[in-house]
Amino acid sequence: MNMPDLAKLIFGRLTLEAIPYHEPILIGTFVAVAIGGIALLALITKHKLWGYLWSEWFTSIDHKKIGIMYMVLGIVMLLRGFSDAIMMRAQQAIAFNGNPGFLPPHHYDQIFTAHGVIMIFFVAMPLVTGLMNYVVPLQIGARDVAFPFLNNFSFWMTVAGAMLVMASLFVGEFARTGWLAYPPLSGLAQSPDVGVDYYIWSLQVAGVGTTLSGINLIATIVKMRAPGMSMMKMPIFTWTSLCTNVLIVAAFPVLTAVLVLLSLDRYVGTNFFTNDFGGNAMMYVNLIWIWGHPEVYILVLPVFGVFSEVTSTFSRKRLFGYASMVYATVVITVLSYLVWLHHFFTMGSGASVNSFFGITTMIISIPTGAKIFNWLFTMYRGRIKFDVPMLWTVGFMVTFVIGGMTGVMLAVPPADFLLHNSLFLIAHFHNVIIGGVIFGLFAGINYWFPKAFGYRLDPFWGKVSFWFWLVGFWVAFMPLYVLGFMGVTRRMNHFEDPSLQIWFQIAAFGAFLIALGIGAFLVQLWVSYKRRDELRDVTGDPWHGRTLEWSTSSPPPEYNFAFTPVIHDTDAWWDMKERNAGRRLEGYLPIHMPKNTGAGIILAGLAFVFGFAMIWHMFLVAGLAFVALIVTAIGHTFNYKRDYHIPADVVARTEAARTEELAAHV
Amino acid sequence: MKMLRGLLVPALALLLSGCDAVLLSPSGDIARQQRDLIIISVVLMLIIIVPVIVMILAFAWKYRESNKAAHAEYDPDWNHSTVLELLIWSAPLLIIIALGAVTWTSTHKLDPYRPVDQIDHARALAPNTKPLVVEVVALDWKWLFLYPEQGIATVNEMAAPVDRPIEFHITASTVMNAFFVPSLAGMIYAMPGMETKLNAVMNKTGDFEGISANYSGAGFSDMRFRFHSLSDADFQAWVAKAKASGTALGREDYLKLEQPSEKEPVHYYASVAPGLYNAILNRCVESNRMCMSDMMALDAQGGQGIVGTYNVTSLDAATRSRVGIADDKRYVGALCVASNAGGQPMTPAGRPL
Repeated sequence: MNMPDLAKLIFGRLTLEAIPYHEPILIGTFVAVAIGGIALLALITKHKLWGYLWSEWFTSIDHKKIGIMYMVLGIVMLLRGFSDAIMMRAQQAIAFNGNPGFLPPHHYDQIFTAHGVIMIFFVAMPLVTGLMNYVVPLQIGARDVAFPFLNNFSFWMTVAGAMLVMASLFVGEFARTGWLAYPPLSGLAQSPDVGVDYYIWSLQVAGVGTTLSGINLIATIVKMRAPGMSMMKMPIFTWTSLCTNVLIVAAFPVLTAVLVLLSLDRYVGTNFFTNDFGGNAMMYVNLIWIWGHPEVYILVLPVFGVFSEVTSTFSRKRLFGYASMVYATVVITVLSYLVWLHHFFTMGSGASVNSFFGITTMIISIPTGAKIFNWLFTMYRGRIKFDVPMLWTVGFMVTFVIGGMTGVMLAVPPADFLLHNSLFLIAHFHNVIIGGVIFGLFAGINYWFPKAFGYRLDPFWGKVSFWFWLVGFWVAFMPLYVLGFMGVTRRMNHFEDPSLQIWFQIAAFGAFLIALGIGAFLVQLWVSYKRRDELRDVTGDPWHGRTLEWSTSSPPPEYNFAFTPVIHDTDAWWDMKERNAGRRLEGYLPIHMPKNTGAGIILAGLAFVFGFAMIWHMFLVAGLAFVALIVTAIGHTFNYKRDYHIPADVVARTEAARTEELAAHV
Repeated sequence: MKMLRGLLVPALALLLSGCDAVLLSPSGDIARQQRDLIIISVVLMLIIIVPVIVMILAFAWKYRESNKAAHAEYDPDWNHSTVLELLIWSAPLLIIIALGAVTWTSTHKLDPYRPVDQIDHARALAPNTKPLVVEVVALDWKWLFLYPEQGIATVNEMAAPVDRPIEFHITASTVMNAFFVPSLAGMIYAMPGMETKLNAVMNKTGDFEGISANYSGAGFSDMRFRFHSLSDADFQAWVAKAKASGTALGREDYLKLEQPSEKEPVHYYASVAPGLYNAILNRCVESNRMCMSDMMALDAQGGQGIVGTYNVTSLDAATRSRVGIADDKRYVGALCVASNAGGQPMTPAGRPL
């Protein structure tokens, strides 16, 4: 075997040309990332943190630590996804009058694709999953999720997917197809390079994690609620999490299947979605939206839960219309599967089909409207404290109803014929995703941060961040609504009509304000860490909370609750406080806990190698990685040392310390 | 209602005056009806949206903790009211029933496949009016327009007589695009191997913009064309200009034109090979290639069985080098049909050599 053949066997189509030396932006990014990365690694090494990180975090199967790691992943990826956004806004603001801008189509098209993929899969999903992971077991009085190891594995698979997307920056390139990679454009004939393969394998690897985490949380919520917590006594956030995870488990396999079909087209020459040999790309568009529309609700339902918790806590009032809130959530869950075609009314289905999907879409606005009213009447006759989470909530309510309205406009098929694919559409979904999901995540982060870390986030920088985000959002996206009415469509690289430019410049300024909002959030984290002693939460209940997570210490002990609480009311903790139900201080028993394991990170590392090898057609490596993956997974099942007991006296000491601390601060 | 108008009018005025919002001031009857629908749906929703926003801000303000006056009203356990619950479910329901009815009727009335039934809201269509048929092909990255009635073809420019209904037949060569003339009518996808239709009518003369509204790859941003809405006489003159160009669009010319190119200048063809549009739609412009319509007819009768898998061919090398196609793309070979016994290579005019 001669050298080129050997190189091809090992490296597939990966050659040195795959490194983008000629792209100054990418080289700059790479240098910055490399310097930052080396500095971080050096710092970790200097402070001898590797052992700590490995044993306390990476291998941890504590749902709280995994939740926090999900949040860190989401925030890091937010910075990447937002850099893409800023570059797009800058490009569109300057590419007029024959000026090609600074991003040629080849680069620009990757950026808008990466922006969508990263923001949905690697920012919104990890942040939402992180919140659910952290909060749900605490809210239902459980000690961990149902399958703690699976939880760790799910997280690392998500990381592996994110790493594949990031690798595409510096080795090869990302897809130039738009974030849903419609064929025929994403087919082999039109996109022969590695971009679409990066897309496919990063989503497939991360998708395994998402689906498993969905199964895990459903099992947790269904089987592990504290005694007395019937379904209709579950906190609303737990309810919306349950519905979300049902959506995940039902929707993500469709995504996996459709991506498998696309990979078969690309790797083995099948013709599911090609133009010839009987393929049909419309099938792909239908399938991906059968996943894609529920995905929107996967993101937004949990934050509806956050808003419910925040509104009732900060209005210091019971949530108005608990039952109708639950039914609204369930109705949305079911309906979200009956609307997918509204994403392509313009494909030319008959009028009756289009009307059906238009009307089902509008029907979703009824339960959603009911939710808004429920929050409204929760505030009514309340005593509202405008802490940072509540600011985000009120900002959300006002912003979201506008996004809902423009959504219903798009649901009228003939109106959609004008507005589809326009910047109006872009403005609409950013209106609901930023105004809904992102605002909700920030509300949730500010709300539960003291629980997770034992000190509150600095309110001043929190407010700065909120106002920059809120104003920045409106300044960035109102011009896009206007541009939509001017007939401007999405994904344009440059423009001819000079009268459009001013609107793009305003939008770019808005994006800059949002950048300040993100910056203020990072400052908030830093300042809060510096001032952690002043901001310390010793009670475990800094907001006068209503649900069980506030009954334990901040941060909670690894076992969450020394005794499994007994629930008598929807607002279980509020009810305990009303009844002056004291903590039980004796009779501790050893607590049975799961043990940390490195299997998750190893499996995900192998999955990363497998994905990377598949992308570059390194089939020998891919085969080896796949075999190693299976062998490790089977090997892990023979690991019987999976649990341990926290001795009763350790529990007693931990709880006694808390008793002392509580007494010292009454 | 007064407050509603107070909010809506300035907002719309701002949109209309501050910029050239083509969707709000369209020139074709279909786009106008679609615009009206946007406004109707906004007004219907504002009936509920405006009070909600006012209530959000009012409640947030009134029940803030520092407002001691409202403390008397504080009721931490108030969480249910049957009347309110009925209201908050039924109010959006009523709006959606109204909007749903509007949606059902308008979607059927404005179905792009449905022939236009009026010139505009004031003028009915004369009986037996024949629409102008324009066959549209989205190519990488330019638009090809075929005029079967006039026998001409154009690239990146089209024209139509004002107030005459137009029936577009739309397809694409390789990837999905969307055919969109914002001032004329809403968009519809252009998809390879499939045909969509759009019926519309332009009510003003002028020079309008047409675009691809669905991202289709590197040259997408320049995939624009001009839409000239002309008087009958001007339209005839425009057709004559195309005829005078003298160039013919044969099958091989099409194969050449189909190759990717960006910022393609406008050009005209005086004549078009017979059956070219159908061949594009059925993906059989190459003479030795089986048309999808034939393939589907064969499949409907049970197909050719395992033998069919051997019937794969590609364009011959001579034609490829003539046309300038690098790769020998494989496709299903044509079978003996009456018009082409033996699946022979054809002349540019579409006849067997």
